[in-house]
Parts: sequence; C-alpha cells; structure tokens
Amino acid sequence: MSPLRRYFRNLWDGLYTVLVGMKVTWKNSLLKPITVQYPRERMEIPEGSRNQLYCNIDDCTGCLACERACPVACIWITTSRRPAEEEVYTSTGVRLKLAVPKFDIDMSLCCYCNLCTEVCPTECLVMTADHEFAVYDRGDLIYRFDRPWQVQKGILPPALPDYRPKPKAEQPKTEPAPAAG
Amino acid sequence: MDRIVPAARDLIAWLAEQLWSGFGVLLKMPDELFALLVMVVVGSLMLVFLSLLPLFFVWLERKLSARIQSRLGPMEVGGFHGWLQTVADTVKLLLKEDLIPAGADARLFKLAPMLAVMASLAAFVVLPFSDWLIVADLNVGLLYFIGVGSIGVVGILMAGWSSNNKYSLLGAMRSAAQIISYEIPVILSLMPAVMLAGTLSTQGIVQAQSGIKWFVIANPFMPLAFLIFFIASLAELNRTPFDIPEAESELVAGFHTEYSGLRWSFFFMAEYANMFVSAAIATTVFLGGWHGPFAAGPLWFLLKCFLLVVLMMWLRWTLPRLRVDQLMSLCWKYLVPASLVCLFGAGTWYLVVNRLRGGAAGTFWFGS
Repeated sequence: MSPLRRYFRNLWDGLYTVLVGMKVTWKNSLLKPITVQYPRERMEIPEGSRNQLYCNIDDCTGCLACERACPVACIWITTSRRPAEEEVYTSTGVRLKLAVPKFDIDMSLCCYCNLCTEVCPTECLVMTADHEFAVYDRGDLIYRFDRPWQVQKGILPPALPDYRPKPKAEQPKTEPAPAAG
Repeated sequence: MDRIVPAARDLIAWLAEQLWSGFGVLLKMPDELFALLVMVVVGSLMLVFLSLLPLFFVWLERKLSARIQSRLGPMEVGGFHGWLQTVADTVKLLLKEDLIPAGADARLFKLAPMLAVMASLAAFVVLPFSDWLIVADLNVGLLYFIGVGSIGVVGILMAGWSSNNKYSLLGAMRSAAQIISYEIPVILSLMPAVMLAGTLSTQGIVQAQSGIKWFVIANPFMPLAFLIFFIASLAELNRTPFDIPEAESELVAGFHTEYSGLRWSFFFMAEYANMFVSAAIATTVFLGGWHGPFAAGPLWFLLKCFLLVVLMMWLRWTLPRLRVDQLMSLCWKYLVPASLVCLFGAGTWYLVVNRLRGGAAGTFWFGS
C-alpha cells in the first residue's frame, strides 16, 4: 500500500471503527439493566450453595469428624460421656453415647469448603441458605450450637425429642423375596 | 450587557410599581453604579448556573454510562432515579478535609483550581443563549473564547507543578502539550464559519444562520469542519478518548492527584462546565445557535448543547484512551491538514458560488 493510500485508509478506518463502537454501546444501552437492587430485591440462592453452617445438636454423635476435617480449625467441640441408663437416639436411630456440651463454630474463620458437612455421619451439620449474618462485634461470629443455647434462641424445643426405636415386635415381618427363576 | 442593563431597569421599575416602592431607590443611582450592580447580579447568576450545570451533567453521565454497561447507576438518593445523588456528593465534598501536601507550593496549589474555574466561567460571557440573553456581545467573541479557553491550561499546569508529585507534573505536562496542539485545529475549524458570517461576534454568527441556514450544512466542507471542531474540542476538554492527562490507570488522575474536597471539585466543575462551553460554541458556530423551527430561543440553544454533551458522554464510554504518540499524530497528521483543506475549500466554495449567483466575490472578507 502506498503511503498516501495508507493515510486515507487510516482516516477512514478511524472514523468507521468509532461508528462501529458507538453502535455497540447504543445497542447495549437499550438492554435491560441486570442490576439487582440488593436490599430490596434478592437473587435466588442456588441449590447447594455454601453459606452459614447449622448443627442440629440433637443428632450430633460427638464423633469429632467435622472438627478434624476442618482445614482452618474453626470448629471446637467438647464431649462428655452420657450415663449408661440414659437412652438417647438420633433421628436416624443411632444411640448417642456422648453428650456435646460445646459445639462452637467461628464463622469469621470458616472458609465455606463444605468438608465438615460431607464427613458428618448423621448429617446433622448442614449449610443453610442464610448468608446475611454481619455483626458489629467479631465475637458474635462465634456460633454456639450447644443445646441450652439453641433452646434459648428458640431453635430447638426445650424437651429432648424421643427418637427411641419402636420395639421390634411391632414391625410387620417382611416376606422373603421369592427366589429368582 | 447593553441590552441587559435597560432590561434590568425596566424590571426594577415594574417591581417598584407592583410590589414595593422602595425598589425605586435603585433607579435613582448613577448609571455606572447601576450597571455595576447589574453586573454583580448577572455574575452571581452565572456562577449559580455554572455550579448547577455540573450537578446535572455528572448525574447524567453516571446514568448514561450505567445504561451503556447494563447497570442502573445512582438510584437511591432523592427517590426518582437518584436525582439528588450529585447534590449529596457535593455536600460530602464540602465536608472533606482541605489537604495541602507538605512539599507543595501552597500559594500556587490554592490558586490553580480557582484559575481553572475562572477560565471556564469567563467563556460563559460570550455564549448567546438567545437574541438578548448574552452577557456581553463582544465583537471579538470567538477570539475571546479561544483566549480564555487557553487560560485553563495555565491552571492545570500550575496544579501539576505545585503538587510536587511526579504523576501530577506528568499529567500537567501532557495536558499542556495536548491542549496547545489541539488549539490549532480548533481555531482552524472555526475559521470557515467566521468567513461565512463575516464576523467574530457570537451573536453575529448566530444571526447569519437565521432559520435553518445552519453553517454545518452551508457547504460540503462545513460538516468536516464541525467534525474537526468536535474532535479537537474533546481533546481540549481532556475527556476520553483524549484523557491521557488524567489517566486514572497510569497517572493516578494526573494533575489533580493531590487535591481533595472542594478544590478537587473545582477541577471537576471546570471540566463539566467546559464541556458545556464547547458544546455551546459548536452550537453557536455550526448548529444555528438559538435558531430553530417553531420558536427561536434559549430552549433550542440548550437542547442542542444538551445533545452535543450527550454525544461527548457517549463517545467517552465507547472509546479507549489514545496513546500519547497517537494523540499527537491524530492532531498534526490528520486534523490540522484536514482543517486547512476545510478552510481553503469553504472559502473557494463561497467565492465560486457567490460568483455564479452574480454577487460580488470579494465582499465576504469584510462582512455584510
């Protein structure tokens, strides 16, 4: 390309590309804004999203699997042996041998990796949809899930639920499956 | 001024008749004192206009840029689409600490923003809002506009120098180089219109475009002149795509890095007021000023300015920033030769067409 031709080519390209760009921005300005006006509008929380942890302490066996799984060590659990005559079961029918007087999770340390809920044998530790738990005091981010605290907050009823398994005799006997063939 | 003073006199006489005879005292003043009083009042009104204008334009720019990026922009303050947002921002700026860096040249540092605002305020003097609404119809109006427009660069250079900061100084130097270079295409692209009108007075130029005889369509070279003026005035305003003096991403805002609070907002105010002034000059010289269909008047003038300002904002949110060498090559290799071609072409066209129509060819040099 001769220099003269390149000069005019540049001139034309400059003008033309500006117009192309303006067309793009014009088209964009006609689109519907995608802003969500947060406190007034909310986006739907996706299924399986990882937010605040909750532990249903009545189902907790005190196995410490979550405490060990936690990569940032934000779960603190202490357990104590229940008296032999106390018969407490989880909702899944596991007999509880340990009581859990302390089950603290520091949500300011939590990295939302979901490892603790995956190892939980009774699935009592779960991620909830609640993601708005800002507080003024950092200490308030230590969530206590022990039973008295949850009762005080009105999360759990004061009375222990009765998950004792029904006597075996009452269960209807299942017919043995017919042999194939 | 020569039409505003009698108008003010009539207004005060009417007020004295209708409201309170005490206003009559004002009419008994000596003429010079009365003119001075009117000047002070007009000056204050201009200052109010200059302060309210950026409030609106900043809000508008934020809304436009938001829409271009599929956002909403300010929505909260004031209820309807955040119309009070910029007022709230101004209050915030007023309450901010007035910082002066320890190493700065304090006197120059304080003077610079005032100079920048003064330059843009001074240009308002020659803007013809309507056939009577003009502060002073100077017979060298356009020359005056070009002159005071160049004072702004002194303010910017002063700000960059006195901040004692390498980024500020770099920004100010770039700004000075840019504004001085782009003065030339600005002036050269205004000249064809001056030749057509035969006068430098802004009011005279507008009157030469009565009806829809706008200079932008007066001959085939004028749209090009308008385009050159528009591009070059964008560069004079330091706006994107020519915002290398205040490039946030490389110079940390350039010459106003060290400014805070009200002094910073002065620069901001000057920028947005300059935008309006440039749009107003383009309107006056190329788009027929306050002339328009149905009813000529300030509304047409403001509408045209508004549309040009929106165009500037649209361009800003479309184009990326130029490099320094690209900026200079655009000015010296493209805009200056093109504006010379415009000047020559428009003059030749005028002569030839005049000759064909049987008019006296040489008369337009001296006006009608």
